[in-house]
Amino acid sequence: MRKHGNLNRSRGYDIFYGINLIFLTLLALLCVAPLLNLLSLSLSAGHYAAAGKVTFWPIEPTTASYEIVFANKVFWNSLGVSVERVILGTSLTLVVNILTSYPLSMDSSYFHARRYYLWYFFFTTLFSGGLIPTFLVVKFTGLYDTIWALVLPGCANVWNCILMLNFFRQLPKELSEAAVIDGAGHFSILFRIIVPISKPVLATVTLFTMVGHWNDWFGGMVYMSTLSHYPLQTYLQSILHIDLTQIALSSVDFRIQEKIQLASSTTIRSAMVFVTALPIMMVYPFLQKYFTKGIVLGSVKG
Amino acid sequence: MLLPTRGLHLMLIPAVVIVFIYHYLPMFGVVIAFENYDWSKGLNGFWTSQFVGWANFNRVFGDPEFSQALLNTLRISVLKIVTMFFVPIIVAILLNEIRNMFAKRTIQTLIYLPHFLSWVVLAGIITNLFGPDGVINGFRSSLNLEPFNYLTDNGSFLAILIGSNIWKEFGFSTIVYLAAITGIDPGLYEAAMVDGANRLQQTWHVTLPGMLPIIVLQGVLSLGGILNAGFDQIYNLYSVPVYGVADVIDTLVFRKGFQGGDYSLGAAMGLFNAVCGMALIVTSYMLAKKVAHYEIF
Repeated sequence: MRKHGNLNRSRGYDIFYGINLIFLTLLALLCVAPLLNLLSLSLSAGHYAAAGKVTFWPIEPTTASYEIVFANKVFWNSLGVSVERVILGTSLTLVVNILTSYPLSMDSSYFHARRYYLWYFFFTTLFSGGLIPTFLVVKFTGLYDTIWALVLPGCANVWNCILMLNFFRQLPKELSEAAVIDGAGHFSILFRIIVPISKPVLATVTLFTMVGHWNDWFGGMVYMSTLSHYPLQTYLQSILHIDLTQIALSSVDFRIQEKIQLASSTTIRSAMVFVTALPIMMVYPFLQKYFTKGIVLGSVKG
Repeated sequence: MLLPTRGLHLMLIPAVVIVFIYHYLPMFGVVIAFENYDWSKGLNGFWTSQFVGWANFNRVFGDPEFSQALLNTLRISVLKIVTMFFVPIIVAILLNEIRNMFAKRTIQTLIYLPHFLSWVVLAGIITNLFGPDGVINGFRSSLNLEPFNYLTDNGSFLAILIGSNIWKEFGFSTIVYLAAITGIDPGLYEAAMVDGANRLQQTWHVTLPGMLPIIVLQGVLSLGGILNAGFDQIYNLYSVPVYGVADVIDTLVFRKGFQGGDYSLGAAMGLFNAVCGMALIVTSYMLAKKVAHYEIF
């Protein structure tokens, strides 16, 4: 049988295989090429970038654009807000989602109220009050212009819960049953037994939540009124279409003002965009195996 | 289990309270679509503002910008749904042929990456590429062509929306299809080989039928998102010259309702969107259950 299979790997197939490999490699390169262009622009001299001459290699390399970005106090401030938001938002989401998913992973025959809770949460994915009423509720519950507006309203995420509860459901029941015999209650079953063996799904939810918080710019734009409360993405969004040489000019440092000769609005913007995307690019390859595993396991119906 | 369920109810309290305040209160808040909402009354304004019946909806449907935005929403999302339906299936099948695990994993890592970047970052990149001083215009000038702003031309703007959406999401969307292919019984391939099927015939007669339930499911579920044209992407790329093709309901709600401070009008547009959206999602779930036996939980 195997021999027959090998026979089928004819020359035609070999040619296809080669073309396919080249095609997919080009496709993969196409996915990173714009990022390479971004990096090259951020490291190039301003007048070349402004003329659209830079492709995949910096021309007259200089770090001036990065120095201008790093000398900007608002940048560091918004970076701090983003870091605070990611830490606060991810821990809050994890705790709330674990606490929510465990009860919902029980059998309805044991936990009769399960289906009512499920519908209570699930309905929010079907219908929503929309931007304006949500904004008004956030505003008038005192969250406006505080970091809580960015982390609290979205922390009970239904899709994360579904991922997690499907994972919990396919864990062997014997583990928790044995713990019950040893006198454990629901809280200790959850935190001593279930959570330690649920690393793949917890990693998946953590990754998605961190990325979601890091990448969100809209919340900052809608709920923050003070510039110093803007997360990095919101700050970046607010300066995307303005002349960024102004940022350097506003610096009190004379050396930074001189750097403008070497940079342009395009190179400064590229440097800032690259710095904003960098944490994601650095963290993501390490977590890749967890998220594919977590997605596949989470979608298995228990 | 013999344990009392009290602990389970306790665990659910935080999520129940948060969801009530930040999801259910805004749902009740849509009543301002039927009112002349008084901002100074705060949340009490939900119940105490002047009732005006369908007046806000008459303003919405009488507004040519709204009908244009509705049309644009449907056009953009249909184009996105159709393109995003085929590309990941094809790429997943091609990727499955790669036997070298290192090459396969590297390709996967690279094509999933754009999914994790924000539309703000991508808007910066796209402006670098297609804007007036962008790389593409650099090529044009070296060919002695007039500079062309692709982001302010209706046709090229639409193409950029569709293209960048494929670029960002096609790789990540292959995950479900690759998982489906992995789940196909290897015995089926061996049987096909015994019958003398070559690789192409195996793909056609084994791989594709094996993926079919997931393909149908993805297709049906994508219909639920037809009113969601992609606010983040459009808002960060569009400008006044392309409003005619790019302004969608979500951007209109944001500009007129939120930025314009006309909360009742914005809530009315939002309510229209939410009701139609719910009808679409429920229909897609029902279809998914019927044709693919899909259940969410």
